Amino acid sequence: MKNRISSIQLVFVMLGSLVLLFILAPLTGMFLNTTPGQVFETARESEVRNSIWLTIYTSFAGTLIFSLAAIPLAYLLARKKFPMKKLVTGIIDLPVVIPHSAAGIALLGFVSRESALGKIGSAVGLNFVGHPAGIAIAMAFVSIPYLINASRDGFAGVPVRLEKAALTLGASPYRVFFTVSMPLAWRNILSGLILMFARGMSEFGAVIVVAYHPMITPVLIYERFGAFGLKYARPVSVLFILISLALFIVLRWLAKEKTSEMAK
Amino acid sequence: MLELINITKRFADFCLEEVTFSVGEGDYFILLGESGAGKSMVLETIAGLITPDSGTVSLDGQDITPFKIQHRKIGLVFQDHAVFPHLTVAENIVYSLHGNALTKDEKQEKVISIANELGIKELLNRKPGTLSGGELQRVALGRTLVQQPTVLLLDEPLSSLDTRLKGDLRRLLRAIHRKGQTILHVTHDYEEALSLATKIAVIHQGRIIQSGTPAEVFLHPKSEFVAHFIGVKNFFEAKLLTTNQVSYAFTHNNFQVRIVTDIPDGDGFILIRGEDIFLSNQPVETSAANTFKGIVIEIVPNKTGVDVAIDAGIELHALITRESLEKLDLVAGKTCWMHCKATAVRFISK
Repeated sequence: MKNRISSIQLVFVMLGSLVLLFILAPLTGMFLNTTPGQVFETARESEVRNSIWLTIYTSFAGTLIFSLAAIPLAYLLARKKFPMKKLVTGIIDLPVVIPHSAAGIALLGFVSRESALGKIGSAVGLNFVGHPAGIAIAMAFVSIPYLINASRDGFAGVPVRLEKAALTLGASPYRVFFTVSMPLAWRNILSGLILMFARGMSEFGAVIVVAYHPMITPVLIYERFGAFGLKYARPVSVLFILISLALFIVLRWLAKEKTSEMAK
Repeated sequence: MLELINITKRFADFCLEEVTFSVGEGDYFILLGESGAGKSMVLETIAGLITPDSGTVSLDGQDITPFKIQHRKIGLVFQDHAVFPHLTVAENIVYSLHGNALTKDEKQEKVISIANELGIKELLNRKPGTLSGGELQRVALGRTLVQQPTVLLLDEPLSSLDTRLKGDLRRLLRAIHRKGQTILHVTHDYEEALSLATKIAVIHQGRIIQSGTPAEVFLHPKSEFVAHFIGVKNFFEAKLLTTNQVSYAFTHNNFQVRIVTDIPDGDGFILIRGEDIFLSNQPVETSAANTFKGIVIEIVPNKTGVDVAIDAGIELHALITRESLEKLDLVAGKTCWMHCKATAVRFISK
């Protein structure tokens, strides 16, 4: 039987196509206006390579370090009832809704040499402002809600009875967490980790306030655009997008491999 | 011995009230109750998953109420099996042996031994997602038994199985019990209780309302709820009147039943087991003091025979064999006579 498309479906398809066009058109335009030669030349610049590497490893480090506390917090949010839980949930979502330049200003006060954290850092010879550690903190600040929310959903999907069963089988609560709750919520946690990492890599507003130098790639793109114009900013942008896409495709593939292996 | 003394736990919409019973070493103890009666809560309290507001749980004379779950030496098999879906059957079983002083080989040996006992050896490398309900139940049992718990708690273990698998698992549970394992099993199925239990307690709305041997509970139900719950259908409110040492019970519509009892006159219930009523097509001379004429309302076959519902002024149920049904040629609408000894009618005072 022939599938008939109703008028409402047709309208929705047209509207959806407009959204897709809205996303793809600027990117396509940028790619079409950049020759492979320009991208190759840009890739040879050590400033560009260093900034891409800095962006990747600061975001990765921020994701990894903050996940140590974010995942247990997500577990608490999924499992426990406590006073002002809604307020806590709202606080977690704050970094998503506040302007990121404002978040940068707030963070600057938090990590500057005059702050308590800054003083602790100074005591061990670490100045967060203008330092990769500061960049990692700024990236984590704006991207941590993605990890917490995804992990919380993952833990909420783990049947409580499985955790109870593990307890009755002699496991300690820690062992239950690491051998039952975490593995069963892993798909969501991994997805959250990838999202947090990706969001951290693309952060500009908060990072530029905390650390203009050393330059992460989004700041470098902005600087090249300001100093030399659109033509000079495009190749870096294209290269960064290509590397980011390649990275996320690999991460997603690895995540899929890992979770399907667990499901076997 | 496992003892629960005055266990009370209040929730927003339910409470366990002063639950007290004891399970002796080697007992197959069945806690019988309807859905929502609090059976699973009792098990979870014993296992330590629920902390009671008051009362104590003791095991072999030791108060284990404050003990952590993992230190109680009590195994719990959940109704929905709760087998870990991300681990193989072997990994599920060996999970319980973590922290044990056994070597890897010894653990492996134990896993194979329990898998052999439960008939799941060929499933050891399978993931739970590929197993049937009966297989999952055996895995859950194996995983719990491998810890050698002092008491094995079973939460409705047969409820999700078909008739054939139920029979298989009953045999397995009897075999486990014969080896000396103390078992506390909760169910809503009185036939399951009769077929397995050495002792029974009936729980209703969070309270233990009767306990004893199966014979004590089934032949002498102490309340209307227990009688109805265990399937006694001839159970009526009645008033007992004794004149010249001859007792009669009168139901609300003045239906009269001769009874032998030394209970003082007053309000209560009469109970007649279906098995104790016999039928005939004609009024016959028997030693039975009660003979009622009635009309067959309904004939319902069941596992033990045929339940014949008869309107004799009150609705009475007689349990007879299929052969008797054929011999008497009973059909709905036919008139028949019911006979019941006065000594077979029980009166329970309110």
